[in-house]
Amino acid sequence: MAVMNLRQAIQNAMDIEMGRDPRVFIIGEDVGRNGCSFGQYNGLPDKYGDRRVVNAPISESVITGMGVGAAAAGLRPVVHHDFIDFLGCCFDEILNQAAKLRWMLGGQMLMPLTIDVFAGGGSASASQHSQSLEALFTHIPGIKVVTTSSPADAKGLLASAIRDDDPVMIIHNKGLLGMTGEVPEGEYLIPIGKANVVREGSDVTLVSYSRMVHECLGAADDLAKEGVSAEVIDLRSLVPLDKEAIFASLEKTGRLVIVHEAVGKSGFGAEVAAVVAEEALDLLDAPIRRVTALFSPVPYSAALESAYFPDKSKVISAVKSLGLVKQ
Amino acid sequence: MEHSKEVLLEIYRTMTRIRAFEEKGAELARTGKMHGTLHLYSGEEAIAAGVCSCLRETDRITSTHRGHGHCIAKGADVKRMMAEIFGKSTGYSKGKGGSMHIADISKGIIGANGIVGAGMPIAVGVAFAQKYQNEDNVTVAFFGDGATNRGTFHESVNLAAILNLPVVFVCENNHYGMSTAFAYHSKNKTVSQRAQAYDIPGVRVDGNDPVAVREAASEAIIRARAGEGPTLVECVTWRHHGHFLGDAGLYKSPEDEKYWRGHDPIPVFEKKLLEEGIAGQAEIEAVQAETNAEITEAVRFAEESSYPESSVIFEDLYEEIPADFFMR
Repeated sequence: MAVMNLRQAIQNAMDIEMGRDPRVFIIGEDVGRNGCSFGQYNGLPDKYGDRRVVNAPISESVITGMGVGAAAAGLRPVVHHDFIDFLGCCFDEILNQAAKLRWMLGGQMLMPLTIDVFAGGGSASASQHSQSLEALFTHIPGIKVVTTSSPADAKGLLASAIRDDDPVMIIHNKGLLGMTGEVPEGEYLIPIGKANVVREGSDVTLVSYSRMVHECLGAADDLAKEGVSAEVIDLRSLVPLDKEAIFASLEKTGRLVIVHEAVGKSGFGAEVAAVVAEEALDLLDAPIRRVTALFSPVPYSAALESAYFPDKSKVISAVKSLGLVKQ
Repeated sequence: MEHSKEVLLEIYRTMTRIRAFEEKGAELARTGKMHGTLHLYSGEEAIAAGVCSCLRETDRITSTHRGHGHCIAKGADVKRMMAEIFGKSTGYSKGKGGSMHIADISKGIIGANGIVGAGMPIAVGVAFAQKYQNEDNVTVAFFGDGATNRGTFHESVNLAAILNLPVVFVCENNHYGMSTAFAYHSKNKTVSQRAQAYDIPGVRVDGNDPVAVREAASEAIIRARAGEGPTLVECVTWRHHGHFLGDAGLYKSPEDEKYWRGHDPIPVFEKKLLEEGIAGQAEIEAVQAETNAEITEAVRFAEESSYPESSVIFEDLYEEIPADFFMR
């Protein structure tokens, strides 16, 4: 194990994958020697050259669309966008090209494309640089969508995304950029489609992903002091969804609170709630609760951000509303 | 540039094959024997045939919603194309794609595309892969005049230019983006002049003359193969049908229609072949009979093929069907 921050874990995964497979290349805006707004590719342009770390102009459509073409022609592109908010500029390339091309053409080729993006707020970046838009992409058949909540997960899931023969969108959270943690050295893969039970418990299941996993863990610590045992599941993969991990937890707890940084309306929590209602209602002893951002654009002021985003205390309130603790 | 008799006759054969395919499609759709949307290529055959006459099987193309001609010219099997349009299991996409999503990866056809202007970024990526893997293959992106007002055109030409990629941008300027004249939506008089904005060569040719198209395409392809980067080739042409089958084309002036019908690329090329002694009347008629027979056979194949099973819906979506597709 090595201790790394999230940037270093991404750099480490990219370095290993580029080293083992010459078909892997990166394209993105400002990923050259002196650029890259988050520093996660530092050193790679020098090591692999402009040919494999392509510093593209501010042209989201062709960056993403060329990734589709390069993947169709046998390469394994990593298309990087600094902000998930910018994917509005290349939605067609994701929605109508990457997701569908292989299917529409009757499976004549693979589409091993990785779309690597950062989402999330909490850094006073305001409405166009803070969103969590994963649900937009989980609605599109043909793409896998995974999220990372730690340096180790960023490494293991990014490597798996690159080696996957389907298009995978991997969403990191800007709020976790500086997070450090133990990361396995050398090649490390985390299977796509499997959730991670990050804390075991018996009274309530907190289903979350990305940065909110940490708010759930904080809530679980505090709830334990009040005698409530919370299980925390990091979904990791939204598409495919590890339904069995959720059902297995509900067998124990009978109570479900879903926590995500994105807004609630038509958010991924609605999908989780619907799946549980359709397939496992008998496991529930209480109504499902969702803890999400408010249904508005992300505000700028720190004072407003704290009101806007879910956090530990809001998770605790939701758990208490299920009647587990005397109010 | 020399054009052998074999090459010219093959171009003629390709043009007649495309025309026969399109007109049969129109007939089948009008008589209700075929359903679905058709964007027909009749009138523009010289472009696909001329450009593809310069390509190797290992070269690639991306196409458009009006893509039958490109696919045929690059070597697609008309039987599997027709079956796809009939929605049959023997079609290129097992009946999942239809007219706008025909591809044959083995022939370098990366696919028609239902989104105007979406093929160009994909072509740039394919050309990037060709250069990355040190191939000397090239990619041709076909698109219409309407697509040149999409951001994807500008982003693609710019990226291909700065990365010096082996891609040729072939604009089929048929004068109309859907029902609106190019001049209404462009201050530029020509598409080719937009090449100047990206400091790449831009040429404009008579898109109804397959030899002129072939000469321009050949020069661009030689440049691309030699590592000298992209070229924009504008081929001026006219579509005989509307934007889609069922669009009566009322926006076209009768004078223009008359002029361009007089310049139908197939009879004009036929006349040239005869006058220059490249082919005799018997050879011309034999080619026509053969391509008509191919299309008749394609329709028979499509009609006799079975419809796909509903299980194909989950094929080709992911490498494996994810476990969460199944209920508990």
